[in-house]
Amino acid sequence: MSSQDIPEENLPAEQDHAHGSAVGVADEQNPFADPGLPPHEHRVQDIDERAAKRSERAVAFLFTLSMLATVGFIASYVAIPADKSVFVFPIGHLSALNFALGLTLGTALFTIGAGAVHWARTLMSDVEVADERHAIAAPPEVRAKVHADFKQGAKESALGRRKLIRNTMFGAIALVPLSGVVLLRDLGPLPEDKLRHTLWSKGKLLVNMNTNEPLRPSDVAVGSLTFAKPEGLEEHDEEFQNEIAKAALMIVRLQPDNIKDKQELDWSYQGIVAYSKICTHVGCPISLYEQQTHHVLCPCHQSTFDLSDGARVIFGPAGHALPQLRIGVNDEGYLEALGDFEEPVGPAFWERG
Amino acid sequence: MKKLSARRRHPLAALVVLLLALAATGGLYAAFAPASKAQADDTAQSLAIDEGKKLYAVGCASCHGTGGQGTSDGPSLVGVGAAAVDFQVGTGRMPAATSQGAQVPSKKVIYTQAEIDQLAAFISSLGAGPSVPTEADYGPEGADIAKGGELFRTNCAQCHNFTGKGGALTKGKYAPTLEGVDPKHIYEAMQTGPQNMPSFPDTTLSEQNKKDIIAYLHAVNSDETNNPGGLELGGLGPVSEGLFAWIFGLGALIAVAVWVAARTAKAKKS
Repeated sequence: MSSQDIPEENLPAEQDHAHGSAVGVADEQNPFADPGLPPHEHRVQDIDERAAKRSERAVAFLFTLSMLATVGFIASYVAIPADKSVFVFPIGHLSALNFALGLTLGTALFTIGAGAVHWARTLMSDVEVADERHAIAAPPEVRAKVHADFKQGAKESALGRRKLIRNTMFGAIALVPLSGVVLLRDLGPLPEDKLRHTLWSKGKLLVNMNTNEPLRPSDVAVGSLTFAKPEGLEEHDEEFQNEIAKAALMIVRLQPDNIKDKQELDWSYQGIVAYSKICTHVGCPISLYEQQTHHVLCPCHQSTFDLSDGARVIFGPAGHALPQLRIGVNDEGYLEALGDFEEPVGPAFWERG
Repeated sequence: MKKLSARRRHPLAALVVLLLALAATGGLYAAFAPASKAQADDTAQSLAIDEGKKLYAVGCASCHGTGGQGTSDGPSLVGVGAAAVDFQVGTGRMPAATSQGAQVPSKKVIYTQAEIDQLAAFISSLGAGPSVPTEADYGPEGADIAKGGELFRTNCAQCHNFTGKGGALTKGKYAPTLEGVDPKHIYEAMQTGPQNMPSFPDTTLSEQNKKDIIAYLHAVNSDETNNPGGLELGGLGPVSEGLFAWIFGLGALIAVAVWVAARTAKAKKS
C-alpha cells in the first residue's frame, strides 16, 4: 500500500480523529508509527432504517425461496415418473425427474447460502474489533509447578527403582508393531512363473471372440482385425478374466511381402500374424489398428507399435515390442498355436530380465 | 404431303426425323427382342456398368487409374466391391479433394444415389467384392442390442469410443463419430474397412453380429437415445465429468465469492 492509497484521515497527523485506541508513536526503535484502525464507515442499512427493512425482506425472501424449493423437491420426487424425458434447451433431452430434483435442491441450498451472506453483509454488525494477544509463554510460577509435578510423578512411579517393570514395559511396547509386520506376509506369495506363462500352448486352436468358433486362415482377410482366445477358455469360467488378461490375442493379416522382420514372417502363417493385445508399457488392451500403416496405437499413453516390423515400438513409453505368438495350421485346417509366447506378455516387472 | 415436304429444310427437321427414327428403332426392338426377364436385367446391368464407367472416367480415373488399377495417388479398386463404392462416395469421402493429408474426411455428397449405384456396378465388374447391404441386413428386425454392445466393445470401442463418439489416432488420423451415420454406411464400413479402419468380414464378424452392433449404436447414439443425465460431455465418463465439475463448478463458485467480496456494502463508496 503506498501513501496515496491511505485516506487522509488515517495519516499520522490525523490520528487523533481515528477510531480505535492503540495508536503508536514513532520513536528511535520504531520509526514507523502504528497508524491504528481506519475510522469505521457506516453502511446504508446502518443509517437508513428503511434500507435495513429492505435487506431484511431480501434475506427473508431468499430463505422462503429455499423453503419453497425444498417443497418443490419433495413434490417432484413424488409427482414425476422416473422414466419421463424432457427437452431443455442447451442441454438436450434428459430425465425430467433428475432435472427437477437437481434444480430444486440446488436452489434450496444456494438460497440459504445467499441469504446468509446478504444478512451478514448488510445487517450484522460490521464494526472492526481489535483484540490484543497475550504472551505465549506461561508465567514463571506455573512453569515451576509443572516441573515440580513432573518430578514428583516420576519419583512416585518408581520407574527408576523398579527396573523389572521398566524393562518389561519397554519390551512389550517394542514387540507390538511386530504383529503389523507379520501381516505383510499377505502381500505374497510371489507369483512365481505366472507372469511368464499364458494359456497358450502347442496345438491350442485360435477361437474367434465374436463367434466362439475356431478360425481358419481363409476367414482372416488382408486388412481385417480379429480377436482370439485360446480354445477351451469360456466366458463363464471362474478364471476367465485372469486368463484372458494375459492370453488376449490380436490377429491381422498382412501381405507377406510387407513383413520386414524375418522372425515375424517365420512365426506367421501366410501373412497371418498373432500378437498379444496387452501393451508392454502398463498393460492396457491395445488394439487401435491402422490397416494401411500397420501401426497399433495404445490409447493410454500413445505407445505405437509397427506390426509389419516385429511390433517394434516406434513411439511412446513402451519398452518392449509386443510379444508374437507362433501360429500354424493343424490337420483339419484350423489355425493353432505352436507354443506359448516366448517372452512374458504385458508390462515389465522386477524379475523380468 | 406438299406441306410436309415444304418444311423439309426447316432447321428442326433433322431433329424430328432423328427422334422418329429413334422411337421406331426402340419400338421395333421392344417388339421383336426376346423379352426374357434375365436378359432385361443383364441389359440394365451392362447399361449401369457403361454409365458407371463414364462417371468413373470423369471423377475417379485421375487418381485410381483408367482401369481402376490404382496409381501413386489412389489405391487399386479391383475387388473392393460395390459396398466400398457406396460407402466412400455415399458419405462424400470420395472424390477426395487431395490424396495428401492425414485422412479423407466425410463431406457433402456430390453424386445422386443412382449415379453411385452405376459407379458401384462398374467397380464390382472389375473384380468380385462385398455387395451393397439391404435394409434386411442392417435393419432393427431380429437384432440383439445387448450382444451388439458386447461386440462393439470388443471390436470397435477401442477407436470409436464406448458409445461411438469417435476418437484420435496417430499423426492426425482419427476414428470419426458414428452419430448420425446411415446404418447402411456403418455396415459397409465394417465389411470393407475404409482408409485405416481394419475390415471385419463376415467370416470373422457374422452378418447377425453386424446387425446387432448397428442396433446397439442406434440405442446409445441416436436422436432417440434416452440420456437421463443430460450433458454427456463426449460420453467419456467420470474423467471428463469430474474435470467439468472441478473447472466449471468450482470456477463458478470462486467467481461468485470474488464478486461478493469485490462489492462494498459501505454507504460511502470509495
